[in-house]
Amino acid sequence: MDLKSVDKIVDKYEEKKTALISILHEIQDRYHHLPEEALRKVASRLQIDLNDLYGVATFYKSFSLTPKGEHAITLCLGTACHVRGGPKILREMTKLLGIQPGGTTKDSKFSLNVVNCLGVCAIGPVMFVDGKFYGEMNLVKAKRIIEKINKKRSGVKS
Amino acid sequence: MRRIKSRSDLERWKEEILSKQKEYEVVVSVCGGTGCHAYGCKKVRDQFAKGIRKNGNGRRIRLKFTGCRGFCERGPIVTVQPMGIFYQKVREKDVPLILSETIEKGKVLEHLLYQDLVTNQKATSEKEIPFYQAQHRLVLGNNGLIEPTEIEDYVGIGGYGALAKAFFEMRPDQIIDEIKASGLRGRGGAGFPTGKKWEDCRNAPGDVKYVICNCDEGDPGAYMDRSLLEGNPHAVLEGMIIGAFAIGANRGFIYVRHEYPLACKNAEAAITQARRAGLLGKNVLGSGFDFDVEISKGGGAFVCGESTALIASIEGRVGEPRSKQIHTVTQGLWGKPTNLNNVETWANIPLIIDRGSEWFSSIGTEKSKGTKIFSLVGKVKNTGLVEVPMGITLKKIIFDIGGGPQNGKKIKAVQTGGPSGGCIPASLFDLPVDFDSLTGVGSMMGSGGMIVMDEGTCMVDVAKYFVHFLEEESCGKCLPCREGLKRMGEILDSITEGKGNEESLSLLEELAEVVADTSLCGLGKTAPNPVLSALRYFRSEFEDHIHQKRCPAAVCTPLMQYSISETDCIGCGACKKVCPTEAIEGERKQGHRILSELCSKCGSCKDVCKVNAVMVQ
Repeated sequence: MDLKSVDKIVDKYEEKKTALISILHEIQDRYHHLPEEALRKVASRLQIDLNDLYGVATFYKSFSLTPKGEHAITLCLGTACHVRGGPKILREMTKLLGIQPGGTTKDSKFSLNVVNCLGVCAIGPVMFVDGKFYGEMNLVKAKRIIEKINKKRSGVKS
Repeated sequence: MRRIKSRSDLERWKEEILSKQKEYEVVVSVCGGTGCHAYGCKKVRDQFAKGIRKNGNGRRIRLKFTGCRGFCERGPIVTVQPMGIFYQKVREKDVPLILSETIEKGKVLEHLLYQDLVTNQKATSEKEIPFYQAQHRLVLGNNGLIEPTEIEDYVGIGGYGALAKAFFEMRPDQIIDEIKASGLRGRGGAGFPTGKKWEDCRNAPGDVKYVICNCDEGDPGAYMDRSLLEGNPHAVLEGMIIGAFAIGANRGFIYVRHEYPLACKNAEAAITQARRAGLLGKNVLGSGFDFDVEISKGGGAFVCGESTALIASIEGRVGEPRSKQIHTVTQGLWGKPTNLNNVETWANIPLIIDRGSEWFSSIGTEKSKGTKIFSLVGKVKNTGLVEVPMGITLKKIIFDIGGGPQNGKKIKAVQTGGPSGGCIPASLFDLPVDFDSLTGVGSMMGSGGMIVMDEGTCMVDVAKYFVHFLEEESCGKCLPCREGLKRMGEILDSITEGKGNEESLSLLEELAEVVADTSLCGLGKTAPNPVLSALRYFRSEFEDHIHQKRCPAAVCTPLMQYSISETDCIGCGACKKVCPTEAIEGERKQGHRILSELCSKCGSCKDVCKVNAVMVQ
């Protein structure tokens, strides 16, 4: 594994221990998860105990120790989205993708995540797919988004 | 960018900005809040930019990409000044028409105006829209006037004027007295008097002190802090600099949720600009006072909204709270005196310093002063951010501003205070909204989420939702919270699955009491509130689930059975088409039938049926 990017990220934050969470965010963005080698590197460069680092990496929900899929699907289940039918969409998505929240499809195409609030409550239920917000979701719309990604990948124009 | 070294520099800069702005004949503002982004506002803005450039109108027309305007449900929102025209649900294709008709000929485009849902009357300006009429947008109002990433816009509306006043007309203790006299209480939820907190931090022994802005807005259903930091980051910074000066802190942190990418970006941009302008860094505004701010990102943990957990997180540790016998104003970040306030609290500070405590305390009730921003969401017609004076009734917010129920259903409750709050039944909607009266009915102000629930919402399900939410977010440090919430969740699960019995409710209440009494931090102490308030006001719904094995709101799936009414079904086939499990059979134009063994109870058929033939029991 090439750890140059990890070094660069740590350099950027001047090896500051207090920047640990920001450093982990950047590593996660780069590798779609926190690889073990990267964590070992961070621990040695910041001179923190690997145990403590593991604690931080597993405490915060944004981090994952296992690789995430190429397309990240985040479903909001905040209160406003919950009362407007968020759970129904989640049930359907788990069935459609064949994975549970937090999981990744076998072909590493999709990851499904559930968050407690994306702060776009006025237009719930909200889904966040590959960096884009989708509001007023329903089962039909959710399916269409997945289909669109699938089609794009297989080269068919949508 | 120029460097501002004194108060007169700032005043001169403002004059120059204003005279430059006068050269524009028209100002087009496109709302760039996260809600409008979901509706494609960026494309709308780009289209405007292209159109203005193409016609060579860059000097005549100013295009602003503003922060959240609050009426998110109607996005993307576009306003045209000086005509004061308010367009809603604007799409890319509407832009050429706005440019050629409205801007060039002054013609109002009817199809983009807001139409009142009851009277069908169309509103040309923001003032005419009921959603805005009852509001008092002191803090949020500026969002629509400025581009958050342009410091000149903020200075143009008088920004950093309060800071200059604080530096050159007031002593630190006078600033604290002013904030105390204003009656401002913390907008993060608990409502602690801000001036008192500042005073305690100022008086705490030590040379090194910190100020923190809490933007870890974890309460689901609340997003005013995001919108403020996103839409007016300089107001938050100005508040922080004033506070730091009063307290004697030279370093500040803004702790932002990682889920708020735009807020992080805009706050980052504002800090860079403020540094360049000499409003952050050494010798701010020539006052001799040094202060700088940095951003610290969260990692998706609800508990980090709690002050001691947040501090642990900034230090790069696991976000576990500690006992608060020693307050953070004495021993906070790295063991130094630390003053932590919420985004909305900081954004109120420049207003109070600028207009005076007397003006501020004239708004609101005896013990809750000023305005409060709420996110009015859920089962209500007009959803979005509303800023109202303290003391306004719930009825006024939900029915006058919110426009009442959606789809003719009856509203039965409103949830305030997030997972620490509770559900307030419709019978108490005459209640004035302030810190103390909400606590009095078993809920709390919280950070300002207001989730409206109608007869299609199951209160047992809502209680279960919050308990599971908190169970998952509990950091696990103390036992009552970690284990107690898990057991409460199990009892609620069993009730919603039709397995509840006589003892379920008493056990639930006993557990709730223990968790509230013995948990370490605020998360656990307030965790039973949603359950207790639901039991207090909606006990019969719990009893229906237990004794009749029935969910009156038809939400709890295991207790439901779907069927199609033979007499009402017109055989259109819409339900058959959407059914994910192929559980519906029937020929076209003939009665359809649901095969209960295949039905996954997803409710899609009910959603699409035009003649309401799908029944739930």
